[in-house]
Amino acid sequence: MDYFLSEEEKMMVETAKEVAITKMKPVREEYDEKEEFPWDIQKEFAQAGLCGCYIPEEYGGFGKGIMGLVLVVEELCKVDGGAALCLAATALGTLPILISGNDEQKKKYLPSIADGTNLAAFGLTEASAGSDATGMATTAVKDGDYYILNGTKCFITNGGEAQTYTIFAKTNPSRGARGISCFIVEKGTPGFEFGKKEKKMGIRASATRELIFNNCKIHKDQLLSKEGHGLMVAQATLDNSRPGVAAQALGIAAGALDEAVDYARKRVQFGQPIASFQGIQHMLADMATQVEAARALLYSVARAIDAKTSKRTSKESAMAKLFCSETAMKVTTDAVQILGGYGYSREYPVEKMMRDAKITTLYEGTSQIQKNEIALNLIKESAAKNS
Amino acid sequence: MNIIVCIKQVPNTTDVQIDKETGRLKREGVESIINPFDEFAVEEAVKLKEKLGGKVTAITMGPPQADSALREAISRGADEGILVSDRAFGGADTLATSYALSCAIKQIGAYDVIFCGKQATDGDTAQVGPAIAEQLGISHVAYIKKIEDINDKSAKVQRLMEDGYDVIETKFPVLFTVVKEINTPRIASLKGKMAAKKAVIKTLDASNIGADIQKIGLNGSPTQVMKIFTPPQRAGGEKFSGDPQQVAASIVQKLSEIGII
Repeated sequence: MDYFLSEEEKMMVETAKEVAITKMKPVREEYDEKEEFPWDIQKEFAQAGLCGCYIPEEYGGFGKGIMGLVLVVEELCKVDGGAALCLAATALGTLPILISGNDEQKKKYLPSIADGTNLAAFGLTEASAGSDATGMATTAVKDGDYYILNGTKCFITNGGEAQTYTIFAKTNPSRGARGISCFIVEKGTPGFEFGKKEKKMGIRASATRELIFNNCKIHKDQLLSKEGHGLMVAQATLDNSRPGVAAQALGIAAGALDEAVDYARKRVQFGQPIASFQGIQHMLADMATQVEAARALLYSVARAIDAKTSKRTSKESAMAKLFCSETAMKVTTDAVQILGGYGYSREYPVEKMMRDAKITTLYEGTSQIQKNEIALNLIKESAAKNS
Repeated sequence: MNIIVCIKQVPNTTDVQIDKETGRLKREGVESIINPFDEFAVEEAVKLKEKLGGKVTAITMGPPQADSALREAISRGADEGILVSDRAFGGADTLATSYALSCAIKQIGAYDVIFCGKQATDGDTAQVGPAIAEQLGISHVAYIKKIEDINDKSAKVQRLMEDGYDVIETKFPVLFTVVKEINTPRIASLKGKMAAKKAVIKTLDASNIGADIQKIGLNGSPTQVMKIFTPPQRAGGEKFSGDPQQVAASIVQKLSEIGII
């Protein structure tokens, strides 16, 4: 379907597609199998200029906003939803700086992320603080011009591989949600170490690690926004980043749909291609309709975020993430079904797509948390109208 | 370093169609691309610029639409493009083409290295690269597969031969034609594509390059195409299909019938 992309947006899609097909596709099974971090793929993203697609031009990016990020991530994830995370999860780690950083912080960190030299990571989750961020135990205690960080973050995408980390910690534990602050921490800072690497169901090319802070001393210039504003930074980040996860989900779904249609046309049973059976046709029709609906919603949300016409887009971002990630799960499961035994085999890419799809319903808020967000905003909007 | 890369726009060879009446290539509606071998030349030129600094100028001779081949070269890292275009160049053979390109290169000014693809996929002559060097009176090494060592005055390169390779040292200025083994062309970057979109392509005609009118186009071409024909297509082989065991038996029978086994 024609979404009336601008010439520059089409350029991004074409470039991402070329990288995905020529550089990612030949090695995707290998990276999934070996669970190695795909640095050579990251170098291709960098060379092609994709890493800065959402970063403003004044900081060395291509300046195409969340829509730019969405288009690139979708295209890369059609081929490999795991390796694409070098770029997509970097966007999540970078958004706090982009949204809440001062000019100095932006000038210091954004150019090397935009040109792909450095990766970023976002450190909010802890063992006992997942959906409920206020349960975090990591603390940042002020000591003169410095903060001393202590605690452990877990499930951090790009952990250990990234150079720049945006870390959330309690600066005033007695103030609850208003006692959390966000800091930029660089790899190599004394007292900042990496813990175990997770063994995962999917997105196995991507590294997920623990971040351990043990009396890690960071300068107060590394504080993002103001002390106590950490959760607001996190929420604003997620409003902007959830479309990125949605794009990952959409790409995986679209990739699986292509594989399923292609297979159904070629696979002959009972003397005819299985695509000639109505049972298969209806499955493919449902999959295609879901993918297109997901894309239409996501693109609209991304454009609305970039247009900045409303102050908050929490509800819409959550809707896009919820719908795209659930669609990805449905479509990839059906793709495996259509490929039958071959779909379950690692000889074909759809089992990987199904494993990769699952994470999109979990991270940056589970589907249930997205529903909470949507409902909460619905009720707030209604109250504002009717009170 | 001043680096020049000569490129040619050719029809996309994946969908070539021949007019059965005339035996000529059907150009209408056929996508035009950079000659695939020239992509390696562009990449090597850009790699050299990244290593030693300088400027890469892409040059092509062709109709106005060859402009897009130059933009493609710019999107892959060339700094500027020059289109040598004039109706008077029409019908040029390899001698007239190399003469016209050498005249244009003289207009560009000082240069250290000129890269060309080993041949174009349409004419397949592999003559224009070396002929440009002859017209310019400089040395050339054809079919290079690797630059072993290079500085701002000379280079040591490997020339691909049928039974191995030669190692050749040469001073600049020099012209190299490259084979596909030399590199993997990069994907055009977003910034490159933007630069290509904005680039102003300089166009030179026959008088701009100071060409002798007797040496260009049909006038300057001692070789003339007398006839173009398509060799008869080879008939397809015999196909066996059906139950694998029966197929295997039929193949064995056939092979013994014709005395192969």
